[in-house]
Amino acid sequence: MKTRYSYGGDEHIFVEIDEEMSLEAFFKSLFISNAVKDAKIKGVSEICPANASMQIKYDPDVIKPSDMLAELKKLETVADKAEHVLKTRIIEVPVYYNDPWTRETLMRFRERHQDPKSTDIEYAARINNLDGAQGFIKAHSGSPWFVSMVGFVAGLPFLYQMVERKRQIEAPKYLRPRTDTPRLTVGHGGCFGCIYSVRGAGGYQMFGITPMPIYDPNQKISYLRDFMCLFKPGDIVKWKPIDRTQYDATVADVDSGKFTPLMKNVTFSLADFHKDIDACNRKLNEVLHGH
Amino acid sequence: MAIKVLKPGLATTVQDLGRPGYYHIGIPLSGGMDRLATRAANMLVGNDEGAALLEAVFMGPELEFTSDATVAVTGAELPPKVDGAAREGWTSFTVKKGQIISFDFLKKGARAYIAVSGGIDVPVVLGSRSTYALGALGGFKGRKLEAGDELPVGRGKSVKDGRTIPANLRRVNGNPAELRMVPGLYWHRITEAAGKHFFEDTWKVAPEADRIGYRFKGGRPLEFVPRTPPFGAGSDPSNIVDACYPYGSIQVPGGTEPIVLHRDAVSGGGYFMVGTVISADMDLIGQLQPHTQAKFVSIDLEEALKARTERETHLHKVRDSVS
Repeated sequence: MKTRYSYGGDEHIFVEIDEEMSLEAFFKSLFISNAVKDAKIKGVSEICPANASMQIKYDPDVIKPSDMLAELKKLETVADKAEHVLKTRIIEVPVYYNDPWTRETLMRFRERHQDPKSTDIEYAARINNLDGAQGFIKAHSGSPWFVSMVGFVAGLPFLYQMVERKRQIEAPKYLRPRTDTPRLTVGHGGCFGCIYSVRGAGGYQMFGITPMPIYDPNQKISYLRDFMCLFKPGDIVKWKPIDRTQYDATVADVDSGKFTPLMKNVTFSLADFHKDIDACNRKLNEVLHGH
Repeated sequence: MAIKVLKPGLATTVQDLGRPGYYHIGIPLSGGMDRLATRAANMLVGNDEGAALLEAVFMGPELEFTSDATVAVTGAELPPKVDGAAREGWTSFTVKKGQIISFDFLKKGARAYIAVSGGIDVPVVLGSRSTYALGALGGFKGRKLEAGDELPVGRGKSVKDGRTIPANLRRVNGNPAELRMVPGLYWHRITEAAGKHFFEDTWKVAPEADRIGYRFKGGRPLEFVPRTPPFGAGSDPSNIVDACYPYGSIQVPGGTEPIVLHRDAVSGGGYFMVGTVISADMDLIGQLQPHTQAKFVSIDLEEALKARTERETHLHKVRDSVS
């Protein structure tokens, strides 16, 4: 990992932690972002952690670009000394895999796909050597995922699977982006998963849909009343496969204000994770289910 | 007091100076794409410079006033009319209760700013009244105006008619428009030859040009420096591990058509960027019509800061001309 700094015009500084994705690069991006936030530097208006990079927006009339750059470099050394431990939340996200809505959409854009003869989930199963749709669902929902970035559009989480690289699901984006994706589609592109927070264009493979809204600009949904976006970088997500009956019931519960996401506070240590990934993930699961 | 929308225009939205502070969760700045015109329109009607107004693109709306107000239209040359009688742009005028504002065909530029004394009084969401349509957030019900909408208007100060900003202080684009940019970010991904012709070529604004970003066509495709794709980036040479996108950053998906992100930017994604258009030239982009010619001009950070100071001086002159 070699940190690279670049001016993004006169109002941004872009910091690439690493060219490739890893939990180490993500942690460093998050820790630098937190250090910048804590430093309360005058003139800084946006602090944006991303998967393996981060960016700030600042007013060069308040702090000179060279001074801003020097501050960031100083804070990078602070982040380097930080222990790789994160106090965060684990959140369960129910997923109706192979649902009729994403299926209808993927059929509509089939000519833009690598494999027009199968569905996105069948295709992803095949290229990842998994045993059909069921094998894929097991692998996808079997381990937790880190929210390694929030963005693209409001509240959309990018998710990084918490298993060793050789077990990570990888799938290319569509050959040409779709002009439509159902709201709350669970998608995947490259090594990243995502949940589409709003309906719109998209290029990720589509595997299913969650009944649980994650963005509410009107702040009417009970658990989004305090803030309109559910996810923050550093959150941990665990998918829970559900069927049509459970999907419909959850949608009804959300509408009537009875639904609350299953969510627990948890402390994550990167060292413990690398020592024994499966044991660490089992422990996260136990915290989620209150054992 | 309210304004009744008789005809909405093409994509008329409520905007102010924007909503900073939420880019890290994907909520962009929003706000008027031409900030000087946004501020100027408000100054002319006696509002705070950051009051909410209407941004109309290519085509004006038709609006009926339910009480007297002072109005000014700045930005693009989209000539306003009151009950069919022409009014000057960049100049305040009175609209009486029951009168209707409409607009002539667009003559120059792309976006007109329609300020009303008192400002458009939609609810403040996350510190701003700006519309972010992609996220259905802010503005009037989170969307562009529709016929039948009734826009609430705040209480205005009384100001004189005929306040005007002199013609030499209204910024206009050259032809081809020159967009100054600081190379950087992932500039190293393209070859030296590609870097050279990126600036030599004349580009044209593509029809896909909106508040999210402006796409440009017509230049030669960019060649990439060969590499082994980094894990997580994707196989296309223009892919990177999804990162943040600065406002004004120039991404070139597939190396073919540059896209400059603007006020409703997608906050991040997986395409490399060759650099960033300087803040002083972002207003100009908002006034480019599709098919307009444009050139990218390479400058360094020092020059970008100088341009920033010049723009600030210009703004002071505009302020002085009104007060």
